[in-house]
Amino acid sequence: MARTRMQLLMAAAGIAAVFTATGCGAADMTKQSSPYANVGGAKSVTLSVQSWVGAQANVAVAQYLLEHELGYRVDTVQVDEIPAWDALSQGRVDAILEDWGHPEQEQRYVKDKKLIVPGGGLGVTGHIGWWVPKYFADKHPDVLNWKNLNKYAKTFKTAESGGKGQLLDGSPSYVTNDKALVKNLKLNYQIVFSGSEAAQITQIKQFAKGKKPFLTYWYEPQWLFNQVPMAEVKLPKYTDKCANEGTKDPESVDCAYPTTPLQKYLNADFAKQGGKASAFLKKFHWTKEDQNEVSELIASKGMSAQDAAKEWVEAHPDVWKKWLP
Amino acid sequence: MSATATRPSTDPATDPAATGTAAAEPRPSLLSSAVRSPAARKLAVLAVIAAVLIPLAHAKWASGSWPHALTVDVSGPLGDASDWILDNRDSHWIFLYFFGHISNVIIIGVRAVYVALLALGWAGVTAGLTLIAWRVAGVRIAVTTLVSFAICGLLGMWVPTMQTLALMAIAVTASVIIGGLLGLAGGLSEWAFRVLRPVLDTMQVLPAFAYLLPVVMIFGNGVPGAVLATVIYAAPPMARLTALGLRGADAGVLEAVTSLGATWRQRLLSARLPLARKELLLGINQTIMMALSMAVIASVIGGGGLGDRVYQALSSVDVGKALAAGLPIVLLAIVMDRTIGTAGERLGEPPAEGGHRLLRGWPAWAGAAAVTAVITVVGRLTGSQTWPTGWTVAIEEPVNQFKEWMVDHLYTGVPVVGGTADWAAHYVKWILDPLREGLQGLPWYAVLLIVAALAWLIGTWATALTATAAMAAIGVLGVWEPSMDTLSQVLAAVFVTLVLGFAIGIWAARSTRLERMMRPVLDMFQTMPQFVYLIPVVALFGVGRAPAAAAAIVYALPAVIRITTQGIRNVDPAALESARSLGATQGQQLRQVQLPLARPALLLAVNQGVVLVLAVVVIGGLVGSGALGYDVLFGLAQGDLATGLVAGTAIVCLGLMLDRVTQPTERRDRKGA
Repeated sequence: MARTRMQLLMAAAGIAAVFTATGCGAADMTKQSSPYANVGGAKSVTLSVQSWVGAQANVAVAQYLLEHELGYRVDTVQVDEIPAWDALSQGRVDAILEDWGHPEQEQRYVKDKKLIVPGGGLGVTGHIGWWVPKYFADKHPDVLNWKNLNKYAKTFKTAESGGKGQLLDGSPSYVTNDKALVKNLKLNYQIVFSGSEAAQITQIKQFAKGKKPFLTYWYEPQWLFNQVPMAEVKLPKYTDKCANEGTKDPESVDCAYPTTPLQKYLNADFAKQGGKASAFLKKFHWTKEDQNEVSELIASKGMSAQDAAKEWVEAHPDVWKKWLP
Repeated sequence: MSATATRPSTDPATDPAATGTAAAEPRPSLLSSAVRSPAARKLAVLAVIAAVLIPLAHAKWASGSWPHALTVDVSGPLGDASDWILDNRDSHWIFLYFFGHISNVIIIGVRAVYVALLALGWAGVTAGLTLIAWRVAGVRIAVTTLVSFAICGLLGMWVPTMQTLALMAIAVTASVIIGGLLGLAGGLSEWAFRVLRPVLDTMQVLPAFAYLLPVVMIFGNGVPGAVLATVIYAAPPMARLTALGLRGADAGVLEAVTSLGATWRQRLLSARLPLARKELLLGINQTIMMALSMAVIASVIGGGGLGDRVYQALSSVDVGKALAAGLPIVLLAIVMDRTIGTAGERLGEPPAEGGHRLLRGWPAWAGAAAVTAVITVVGRLTGSQTWPTGWTVAIEEPVNQFKEWMVDHLYTGVPVVGGTADWAAHYVKWILDPLREGLQGLPWYAVLLIVAALAWLIGTWATALTATAAMAAIGVLGVWEPSMDTLSQVLAAVFVTLVLGFAIGIWAARSTRLERMMRPVLDMFQTMPQFVYLIPVVALFGVGRAPAAAAAIVYALPAVIRITTQGIRNVDPAALESARSLGATQGQQLRQVQLPLARPALLLAVNQGVVLVLAVVVIGGLVGSGALGYDVLFGLAQGDLATGLVAGTAIVCLGLMLDRVTQPTERRDRKGA
């Protein structure tokens, strides 16, 4: 009997210990950071890396400077854009360095819940659109108006597009209205998702090698333009009215993509208590040329992100010295 | 990993007596057999049902694809639910007092293990694990462990490896406890066993990918969700094997223990559990393998660690980087599999004779602990806790150069056989596209009818009903087209797998040398997590449906080969001998004796092939295979859980349907034994 009571006591003590450890009462999972953060006394910062190379360039340079100039340990986690907002609000990542505009998430996390604070502009302006290779546009200049796209549908046909013209799209995570655009503009096109940006680039390069025509969803700034010059197809003019309706009903969009000044966002607690790291990330600000320089080192010269960041940092102390707190 | 997971229950050593009559029976006339054979009767019933229902269905909803009128749009409610969760995650009591605590305990646990691993330092961790391996599994495994961890460090993957280990430690502990408790319930109570068995059986055939979405919905991206998904995936084998082990205990022994006056608890602790220890250990081993496989896939939902490195590398098609992160995963799998496997074999053997007294029993354990402590201290005094930065070998560059070389030389324009890109193009053009168009063009009721017929022929009316209902559910959810796309990819890959697998399996059954040569290769392929297969295929076949198929084939092949070989080997030698004495040629022996007698094993191979191929075709969404796998990824990537969950459910239904259509009934009967 004594043994049983002893065991019961121990079990009760164990349960009590768990509850005390977890704070007994409420456990707010939006305030729980990554288990890998700040281990062993090292100050650490977790940055979200998106899958495109430009974003990798931002993170690479920020990581290099945080580690070598400010003495932090940097963890990077690959999260897609919208889950990254969620992770940022929960403090599982500390910062997003390049956001392409997510009004719904901004409303929820920045304005309503105040879990995320804006970290200022990145200094780069982004633009999404539809592009054709320059070699094709030079021969057929009228392709650059969307009204003529149906005329070229046959030209852009591939094995995967099933009789229609192919509009090459990228990673599933990117901001895109293409499905709505194709429908609302009554285009005879099939969207083919390549699954990742790398796959899309591989595909574009293969097309360019054979000087074949193609139509692709693409964006600026992007280093690939240096290797495969492309011309943008003009879509119906972007208006605020169209954009507002689009926020309400994404299927109604029938105009071009906006030009977005890219933004940084920080977790609210990190912004307050992040010390030098958060001050540094707030000041991080560079140009399209800078970003492309690093991106191209990574993507087309095959350098590791850290080596590319090192090369850029050594060449441009005038730019980054200003960011240090 | 499901390859190993389903093996024990489905041991192909089937009873030859059950099928022995099939070959010997004289052939009756066609007509009388048609009346008598149950298959024909079942088909006749189906034909009648079809004759009544199909004209009705056709009149009302005449379309190839699933009729729109019969779909239910669940995206609205699902979207609302997801929004509600996001808005209330920091305020509603169910999150604050229930899920919040779960998440918190997981984070504290993972963090504690991670801190401990980092505190031990690279020297301490390597020394400690090597000594443990030496104690439980001997010198050879210890050396394997030492080398493996050294390689993890050399590849510059020390910290991610520790993160994965920490996550694994918590996930495996939780899975073993939960699975063990469920298994205990199932082993001791007939009622619980009857409830649990179909659930656990079904959970084992579902692709890991489908488990990710529900946990993301509640816990968001991050380690807690990753650990939970891993536990859900890895606990069932533990539960199943525990239950089977307890139920299989020798009745005589139990009787004897009872007659000695043991109480219920004494009986459990001193007889039933010890008798089941082989199954328990096998369960732990399978749980670890499945947890590792899942922990890697969970990087898609922010699990971090090695999986995340592979994921990052895959998204930029950087084969070198992916390999550097993939190798440690494979090494971890091999080390854990071998250590526990050998420990299991040693159980029950008498303790080894000889050796110094200090090398046995608790002094050895104490010595191991002391040595670890000393090495830890020395390691910390001499350098950093994580792997020294100078001691790494960058394999990315050479691997990528090798890949470039391969792409340049194998990709296209190889004389006679053509390049891999040509193969991929032909496979897509001549096999996948016609099959997909065929399936999508087939009227929906025809698909249901075929599924029903196949499932009924092989099983009972209940299996047929389950399979047909699963298929209909796909239609109701409104994802008929992408599901047919995925199905076409699965069928094509299964076809190739079976052709290759049967050919190699038959060959291996006839040549002991070949079998011996292949065994370590098959072992290694079966311990590798699914994720790892995606890396090399991208290099060889580019992006699209072909690389996903290639990965699926390579992943499923070992199981098919192994089951085929064993099935043919186990054919009654007497039957073979009599055939030989009647003057049958090698080919005749194979066709008329061995293959018919090995039929149950071959059917099992088909079932395994289908289940394993589906698991990989689905994660093929990461390399551009599209369809349902892509929809799940899209849902995860866009936070659009409606799309993701619907696609995930469709995957579950497809898995269920494919399993029922290929699962012989006799296997179900044997399972509980």
